[in-house]
Amino acid sequence: MSTIVERIFAEHSKGRVEPGEIIWLDLDVRTARDFGGPNVVKHLKEHYEGDYLENPEKTYFTFDLSVPAKTIKYAINQQICRRFAKETGMKVFDVDAGIGTHVLLEKGIVRPGSTAVGTDSHYNILGAIGAFGQGMGDKDIAFAFKTGRTWFEVPETMKINVEGDYKWPATARDLTFAVMGELGSSGMLGKAAEYYGDAIDRLSLDGRVTLASQTTEMGGIIAFIPPNKEVLSFVEERTGEPVKGVYADKDAQYSEEIDIDVNGLEPLMGTPPKPTNVKPVSELEGMEIDSVFIGSCTNGRYEDMLAAAKVLKGNRVKEGVNLRITPATKEVWLRVIKEGLVDTFIDAGAVVLTNPGCGGCAEGMPGLVGENEVELSTTNRNYPGKQGPGKIYLVSPAVGAASAIKGYLTTPEEVVK
Amino acid sequence: MKPMILRGRIWLITDENGNRFDDIDTDMIFHNKWLYITDISEMGKYAFGNTSGWEDFPEKAKEGDILVVGRNFGAGSSRQQAVDCFRALGIRAIIGESFGAIYKRNVINSGMPLIEAPGIFESGLKSGDVIEVNLETGEIKGNGQVIFRAKPMSKVQMDIYQAGDLFEYGRTAEGKR
Ligand code: SF4
Repeated sequence: MSTIVERIFAEHSKGRVEPGEIIWLDLDVRTARDFGGPNVVKHLKEHYEGDYLENPEKTYFTFDLSVPAKTIKYAINQQICRRFAKETGMKVFDVDAGIGTHVLLEKGIVRPGSTAVGTDSHYNILGAIGAFGQGMGDKDIAFAFKTGRTWFEVPETMKINVEGDYKWPATARDLTFAVMGELGSSGMLGKAAEYYGDAIDRLSLDGRVTLASQTTEMGGIIAFIPPNKEVLSFVEERTGEPVKGVYADKDAQYSEEIDIDVNGLEPLMGTPPKPTNVKPVSELEGMEIDSVFIGSCTNGRYEDMLAAAKVLKGNRVKEGVNLRITPATKEVWLRVIKEGLVDTFIDAGAVVLTNPGCGGCAEGMPGLVGENEVELSTTNRNYPGKQGPGKIYLVSPAVGAASAIKGYLTTPEEVVK
Repeated sequence: MKPMILRGRIWLITDENGNRFDDIDTDMIFHNKWLYITDISEMGKYAFGNTSGWEDFPEKAKEGDILVVGRNFGAGSSRQQAVDCFRALGIRAIIGESFGAIYKRNVINSGMPLIEAPGIFESGLKSGDVIEVNLETGEIKGNGQVIFRAKPMSKVQMDIYQAGDLFEYGRTAEGKR
């Protein structure tokens, strides 16, 4: 009878779990970033006298926006968090660690069926392994730190079937664009979703992270990708324990069902001013570009680095174009170095390989976009002003890398035969 | 114990044509140019400052009034000021056809009664009417007659309302558990 969100909520609450009901949800994990974290500390100190954390073992700071601190304000804020952590015994993933949600996945802190909240609007990325993640404001998170729970309205669930076969240069990012083009900016508004279909089953863990990272841009609360064997063994390796997925019942109730066909998928892009403004790359092919950014919680994983390296190998970035690459986490970064991808990047003339984290996605780190600059970016948002005053076109790492070589928007076949 | 039945004069938030005013976002309620204000007593005078036809609301509203709003009220950003500006004016409760998800959390967390009443704009209510709202049953009465049945407040909402706000609730035995 139950959908995935209903099953997870039933295991983490006492109340009746039905769409529309408000329940108290027990939280397995709660975190705050360098953005939001200092306010969480402020609320806790203002409203309570000591005993700030229900369980320090389940509570984390994750620094990823400005790492290491770019401005004095960020430095002060991070220091407020570090002090508070020392005082309370909670853990900090500091400026070397990478994007918080990705660190939670890599360190085995969340697993399928976990409940987790943090001060990050892309926290629902945890749906990539079938966990419930939710971004919230600093008051809500302070309360979660204090009590280990939060109230939540059980959302309805929609079912999205994605079927069909495609090959390189189309990637998981293009599948994600196809879904976004179909649903638009409010297609999942206030809802949970579950993804099914053979194109979903074939997605690697990194590809699932890409798909889950755009839930917020479609208005969704959470979108689950039911874990396959590969995902379960990744989690088992990371947690060091046997792990089971949480799946929907056969007769679960869905509010609606949507079918999307990705047969013969071609490279797509998200054009300004909205990520769901999806067009085929071929439609704008030839558009001159100034810069390319590869990274972020959407496309900063190893597979994304590899996709870029495959295109860059033996080629050179066009003079005048700057290509910046930022791996999502320290783990990805080390692998990029050890496996020689970094040499490929540097040989090709990639301008920087910055410290793991959010990179130019947010204002906290180097790599912003100037006036009239046209940037291709693998991040998840192209709203005006988010990365600076320039224009952002969202693309896959392969399209970004190929275009950096040519100096204009193009598909990877033009570069790698 | 806080009252379970609220009585007050209503403001039916309509557009220029007198129709239901949907999708009023947080920038219309409390414009981002005032976001630097952190003192709640300062916020009242900016409520609805960017909502056309309602700019003078802060002068008209009286302590104890009740807002009746349309669909997707409070869409947009997570700013708490968009709730606190109404609290500063003494608005007692917000009744709405539906709310933006984060806005709804912020109202509930601040301890203000929020009643979901899809269809309330068809009930014949007009600004200035005095109504009685039963928070436990969702019944809305005018002139002693039941004129609309809204969703009752959930247990969680009631607990936070009774405690005062989310943080106060965290101090109670049940809040701590
Ligand atoms: S990479 Fe960008 S979208 Fe992702 S968590 Fe960081 S700032 Fe947010």
